[in-house]
Amino acid sequence: MSVSRPFSIARWFHRRGWSDLIIGLPYGWLLLLFLLPFLIVLAMSVGSQAPTAPPVGFGGEYPWINPRGYQRLFTDDLYIRSFLISLMNAGLATLLCLGLGYPMALGLTRVAKSWRNILLMLVILPFWTSFLLRVYAWMGLMGKSSWFNQLLTDGWNLLVPVDWAVKSIPMMHSNFAVVLVMVYTYLPFMILPLYSSLERLDPTLDEAAMDLGSRPFRVFLDVTLPQSVPGIIAGGLLVFIPAAGELVIPTLVGDASTPMIGRVIADEFNSARDWPMASAVAVALLVLMVGPTMLYSRYQARAEEGPGK
Amino acid sequence: MRRSPVFLITVLCFGFAFFYIPILSMMVYSFNGSRLATVWGGFSTKWYVSLLSNKQVIAAALLSFKIAVVSATFATILGTMAGFALSRFRKFRGRTLFSGLVTAPLIMPEVITGISMLMFFILTANWIGWPGARGFSTITLAHITFSMVFVTTIVQARLGQADRAIEEAAMDLGSRPWQVLWDVTLPTAFTAILSGWLLAFTISLDDVVITSFTTGPGSTTLPLLIWSKVKLGVTPDINALATITVVVVGIGVALAGWVMHRAEKRRLADERMAFSSND
Repeated sequence: MSVSRPFSIARWFHRRGWSDLIIGLPYGWLLLLFLLPFLIVLAMSVGSQAPTAPPVGFGGEYPWINPRGYQRLFTDDLYIRSFLISLMNAGLATLLCLGLGYPMALGLTRVAKSWRNILLMLVILPFWTSFLLRVYAWMGLMGKSSWFNQLLTDGWNLLVPVDWAVKSIPMMHSNFAVVLVMVYTYLPFMILPLYSSLERLDPTLDEAAMDLGSRPFRVFLDVTLPQSVPGIIAGGLLVFIPAAGELVIPTLVGDASTPMIGRVIADEFNSARDWPMASAVAVALLVLMVGPTMLYSRYQARAEEGPGK
Repeated sequence: MRRSPVFLITVLCFGFAFFYIPILSMMVYSFNGSRLATVWGGFSTKWYVSLLSNKQVIAAALLSFKIAVVSATFATILGTMAGFALSRFRKFRGRTLFSGLVTAPLIMPEVITGISMLMFFILTANWIGWPGARGFSTITLAHITFSMVFVTTIVQARLGQADRAIEEAAMDLGSRPWQVLWDVTLPTAFTAILSGWLLAFTISLDDVVITSFTTGPGSTTLPLLIWSKVKLGVTPDINALATITVVVVGIGVALAGWVMHRAEKRRLADERMAFSSND
């Protein structure tokens, strides 16, 4: 059959020059509208704030490279604190997503086939509805007079001594609310990669371990869990990376006195009109993301190859 | 045999309750007669009436829809080209940078994409006088940029799995390369391209952060309108809007799933028939 393989479609496109167009158009687009804007941010981060429009000065009376933004990152309390709060909130949300998402994904692999697709659809469906409205749904539930808050309040009052009784539970505008809503909105990102790595496991391995006398929980610890590590890492980073840079959730349900880093960037840019500072914080956030991202792409490739490799 | 996983089923039930109780609560409260969004005051459809007679809401929804259709279409064309290039052209100059450029927007925090776009537009307005005013065009350009890479990811994955022997067989049988592209490669990727378009459409329709940075006076998309209302607190007409969204999206997703399932089944059946008639 394939003696000489006279033509491959790719080679033909190369020879006729069509490949230049097919590669060049999206390439050029991304260079112009993604890479160039990013390089602008990089340049701005060493600029100086100026009373002009745009509010940045380079050269002339200003230095070409002004490290003020980066210096303030390490000296101003606000930035260090908001970085720590972001990492903490995102880390906590990731762990909670894992705690809830892992048994859910494992449960999905155990339900009858006919149900499975419907349930998977139900996991994905909230993801297709508006993100903003999903955050808003929790704003309704957490409010002081909502049925949900009152239900929790009644439960609390029933359990604790009388003098600890409260009228409502203050959930809104706290880091608790931020973490809760993050878990809610990002949980599908945890469940789906976990499901796809758990689904591929060979059930006969479980059975073999059981036959050899392992208790079910030991089978889980020794057989299932180690094989799903790539899925855990992929899902974890898929939650952690967007959560750490989140802007909408902390703005709507978060506490303004302990802002997350995304909000700091937006405030520096919009309210303070301090482009260099906003850019420096953005660059620092990206530098922090590089590690997790490299980890993700490594494990993603491994998760796709399948378990046990 | 496997033991019945009581614990897993319990967690599954809890998880689905966690997913859907907030949404259901929002839908129930959209029929609330009370002005206070969280206190029940009898059944009423007045929020739907006030929502649908609100010209601002209708205009915002139309603008969002327009931006989403245009940006998803361009994103699908560009994204499919990039996916085709990455899966079929093994080596070309700058391939590493290119594959970096199609992954980076996926993980870039939206705030950073937003401010970088805005800085870019402000600077180009200063240097070359474009864009004169930010609005439809700048929002659409930004949306194309960050949604095309999702299309690329989907199409590239699909074409990577596709059996290239079919393309080669078509060429051996005398098809011209364009015919192969049109009759074999693109139909193979059809479901991927369609889901890419749908994803790009949804992402665009849903985006707040990047839109809020690239918009200008007078261009308020639906998410921006919701954003500005919700920042002030819970308002009952947003419940009605959310209910409509959930119902429309639910029907849309079910329909799209059904169409794609059928197309995929037909494609597999065609392939199988093509192979078996060879024997």
